Amino acid sequence: MAVERFEIYMIGVGGQGIGLLSETLVRAADKAGHVVRGVDTHGLAQRGGTVVSNLRLGEGAHSPLIRPGHADLVVALERHEAVRGGAEFLKSKGTLVYYDAIWQPLSVRLRVDPAALQKDVEEVAGARDARVVRIFDDELSDSRMQNVVVLATLAREKLVPELMSEHYESALSELLSGSVLEANLALFQRHLA
Amino acid sequence: MATVKELLLSKDPAAGIMIGNTAVVRAMIESGTRVVTAYPGSPTPEIATAIATMPAARRPFYFEFSTNEKVATEVALGASLNGHLSCVFFKSVGLNVAADSFVQLSHMHVIGGMVIIIGDDPGANSSQNEQDNRHYARLSYTPLFEPGTAQESYEMYKEAARLSQETGRPVMVRMTTHVCHAKEKVTFANWSGSPPDFAPSFDVANGPYVPVAGHVFPLKKEALANREVVRKYANESPLNRFIDNGNRVRGIISAGLPARSAQDVLDGVPNAPDILALGIVYPLATNKVAAFLRGHQEVKVLEELDDFLEQEVKSVAYDRSIRSRIVGKTTQDDWMGEYTPPRVAAVLRKTWPDLAIEDDPEPVREITPRPPQMCPGCGHRTAFHAVKQALGSDAITVGDIGCHTLGYIEPYGVGQVLLSMGHSMGTAAGLRLFNESRKVLAFIGDSTLFHAGLPGIVNAAFNRHNLTLIVLDNGTTAMTGHQGHPASGDNFNGATEAIDIESMLRGLGISSIRKSDAYAVKRLVPMIKEALEEDGVSVVIASHPCMLKEVREQRRAGVFKDKMVDVSDVKCTLAYSCVSEFACPTFQVDDEGKVTTHPDLCIGDASCIQTCPSRAITAPRPRRQEEDKSWPLNVLRYT
Repeated sequence: MAVERFEIYMIGVGGQGIGLLSETLVRAADKAGHVVRGVDTHGLAQRGGTVVSNLRLGEGAHSPLIRPGHADLVVALERHEAVRGGAEFLKSKGTLVYYDAIWQPLSVRLRVDPAALQKDVEEVAGARDARVVRIFDDELSDSRMQNVVVLATLAREKLVPELMSEHYESALSELLSGSVLEANLALFQRHLA
Repeated sequence: MATVKELLLSKDPAAGIMIGNTAVVRAMIESGTRVVTAYPGSPTPEIATAIATMPAARRPFYFEFSTNEKVATEVALGASLNGHLSCVFFKSVGLNVAADSFVQLSHMHVIGGMVIIIGDDPGANSSQNEQDNRHYARLSYTPLFEPGTAQESYEMYKEAARLSQETGRPVMVRMTTHVCHAKEKVTFANWSGSPPDFAPSFDVANGPYVPVAGHVFPLKKEALANREVVRKYANESPLNRFIDNGNRVRGIISAGLPARSAQDVLDGVPNAPDILALGIVYPLATNKVAAFLRGHQEVKVLEELDDFLEQEVKSVAYDRSIRSRIVGKTTQDDWMGEYTPPRVAAVLRKTWPDLAIEDDPEPVREITPRPPQMCPGCGHRTAFHAVKQALGSDAITVGDIGCHTLGYIEPYGVGQVLLSMGHSMGTAAGLRLFNESRKVLAFIGDSTLFHAGLPGIVNAAFNRHNLTLIVLDNGTTAMTGHQGHPASGDNFNGATEAIDIESMLRGLGISSIRKSDAYAVKRLVPMIKEALEEDGVSVVIASHPCMLKEVREQRRAGVFKDKMVDVSDVKCTLAYSCVSEFACPTFQVDDEGKVTTHPDLCIGDASCIQTCPSRAITAPRPRRQEEDKSWPLNVLRYT
C-alpha cells in the first residue's frame, strides 16, 4: 500500500455502538488493501465506562495499541470522550472527528466537574494543531445509528487514506443484513452527499 | 469476507480478520479438539461467542460452560482420560478456583491431550488483581506458551495441542487481555474434518491415575522428566524467536505482547538491541537463553508483572558463569500494569538512557473520568436503593463479584469488602463474630452463587452464623456477556431444568427466605429490616431480569415498547436525589441545574419514579421515533 502507517483511535461510551464502527472500519481498511492490526475494549468498561478501539493501518505495526499522541485520526462518539481521546491520543496536525452526543459522566451529573463544551474539543485539537470535524444530525431518529453517520463523514471527507465509500458500504453489508442494512445504507448515502 | 462461522468451518485454507479469542477456536477445530469447557470471565468469554456462531449440529466438538473453573477443568480432564483432546479456558483468577485440580494435571497421563487457555489480565482491566499465572506453570511443572498476536494464538494452540498429545501431559496457553482481543487478518490451514473416534479408551493401565502414597513420587518424577523433555524441545522451537537488530552489545529477553511493544518502540531507533522473544515461557529454553546472554554484554529482561523470566534467566547465567550484565526490575512500579508501548518505552529509556526512543506527548489537559456503572433499568440499583434505606449508617456490607460490584462506586457505596468469587458469606461471617452492635449484610449474584457461593452459605447455616444474605438475581451471568447458569433454565447447548434458588436454599435448612421483585423498593425495605432482626441465616432474594439483556432481546423480537420517562419542571424541587442517590445514568443536569432524562439512555423501565421525593418523574411515554421500535441493536461483532 502507498500509505506507510495510519492510526485511528476510536473512543466512546459503553453502549454507544463503537463495536460496529470499529468492525466496519477494520473491514473497510482491509478491502482497501491495508494491513490491519487493532484491539477493542471488552469486559467491565462496556458497562457505561469509556470504551476505545485502536486500529493501526500499514505494514510493520507489532502491538495493536496506538501510542499516546500518535493517532492520525481520533474518532469520538461523544463530546466528553472527544476531549479525552483528543487530549491523549491525537497526533500533531491530525484530525479529530466527533459525533456531538452528550452522555454526562457521573461527576458531571453530580455537579463536581463541569460538562464538556464544544470549545473544549476545539481547544484540545488546537493544542495539537489538528483539524476538528463536528458531526450532529438532529433528524436522526435512532441514536444507535450515529456510528453510521460518523462512517459516512469519514468516507465523504476522505479521512482515511485509500478508503472509498464502496469499501465502507461493502463492510457494512457484511456486518448487517435485511431491513437494518437497508436503513443503514440509506443513512450512509444520505450523509455522503 | 466470509462470516466467522464459514471461516471456522472451512475445509480449505482461509483467512479473515478476527480477534485472538476467535482464532483459537479454529485451532481447536484443526487440532481435533473434542471437548471444550469454560467458565465465563474476561478476557476469554469471546472464545465462546465464536463457538456459538457454529450451529450445534456442525460444531466439531462438545462445549459447555461449567459451574466453575474447577469443574470445567475436571470435565476436560475426564474427556482427555478417555482419549479425547480437550481444552479448558477461563480468566486469570479462575485458575485459583481450578487450582486444586489443576496442580494435579501434570501428574496425569492425559492420553487425549489437554490444553489450558488462561486469560491473564495485566492492568486488571476486568479483574480484582493482575496476578501473574506463569507462577502456576512452575508450581505444577506445566509447559506454558505465550502468544503475542491473534495469528500466534492460533498457531500456538495447535502446537500446544500437538505437544500435549505427543507427551501425554497438559500444556498451558497464556493469552493476556490485549492478545485475546487483538484483531488482525489470521490465516488458517486446511481442516480435514475427518470423523472422530468416540471410543471411550479410559484404561487404568495408562495411569496410575490415583496419586496415593506410593504413586505420588513416580508420578512427580514423570512430571519432572517431562519438563526436561519439553525444555529440549523449547531449545529448538522456532516459537522462541531471535529478532536480529545487529546489536552484539545489548539484548532484550521478552515474551508475548511486551516483546511486540518493544519492537514497536525500537522501530527506526539506531543501535536498537537484539530481542529474544520467547513463545515458550516455561520451561525456559536454557541453552537458547545462555547463547543469547553470551552474545550480548547487557541484557534487559523485559516482562510484564512479576520477575518470572528474570529469576530464571539470572539462574542460567549463574549456573553457567556467564558474566553479561542482566537488568531486570528495578522499582516496584516495574511490577505493575500492562507493558504497553509507552510503558515499554519508559522502561527501556530507564535501562539505556542513550537509546533514542521517541517520546510520547503528555495529555494536553486533565480529563473527567468516566467509571463504569450499572445500566439504566438495572434491578441492582433499586435493590441498593432499598438497602440504603433499610440499613443504619454503621452497617457493614459485603459485596461479591459481578455487575453488583459496581454498587461500591459512587454514589451507592454498597458492598464495602470484596475478595473473590463467592467470598461474601464467609467474609461476612467473620465480620459478625464478637459483633452485636453492627449489622452485617452480604450480597451475591445468582451466577456466582452457584460458582463458589454455596460453601459459604452452607457454612453459615452449619455454624449457625447470624447473617443476612441478599441474592441479587438477574437471571443470567450478566457481566461477562449473559451466559446461562444453573438457575436460568438454559445452558450453552439449549434448555435445561432450572434449579430453583429458593428451594435449594430451603434444602440447606435455611427457613427465613423472602422474595421480591428488585424494583419493589417499598416491599424490599421492610423485608431487609425484618431479615436483619432475625437470628440465624436469613435470605432476601431480589429478582429482576438483566435489563440490558431484556431490552436487547425485546428489540430483536420487535416487541420492545420504546418509551422514556421525563422530569416535570413544575414538580421538580431540584432535590437531585435522582442524580446523587438513585443515579441512573439517564438523569442529566444542564447548565442551569435543571434535570432532564436522556433519550439515548432511558429505557422507560420506570423504576426511578418511586425514588423521587417530589414525584416529579413522569410515567413513561413513547419517544419521538416510535416507528423504529423494531430496530435491533447494531453493535454486531459476529455475523
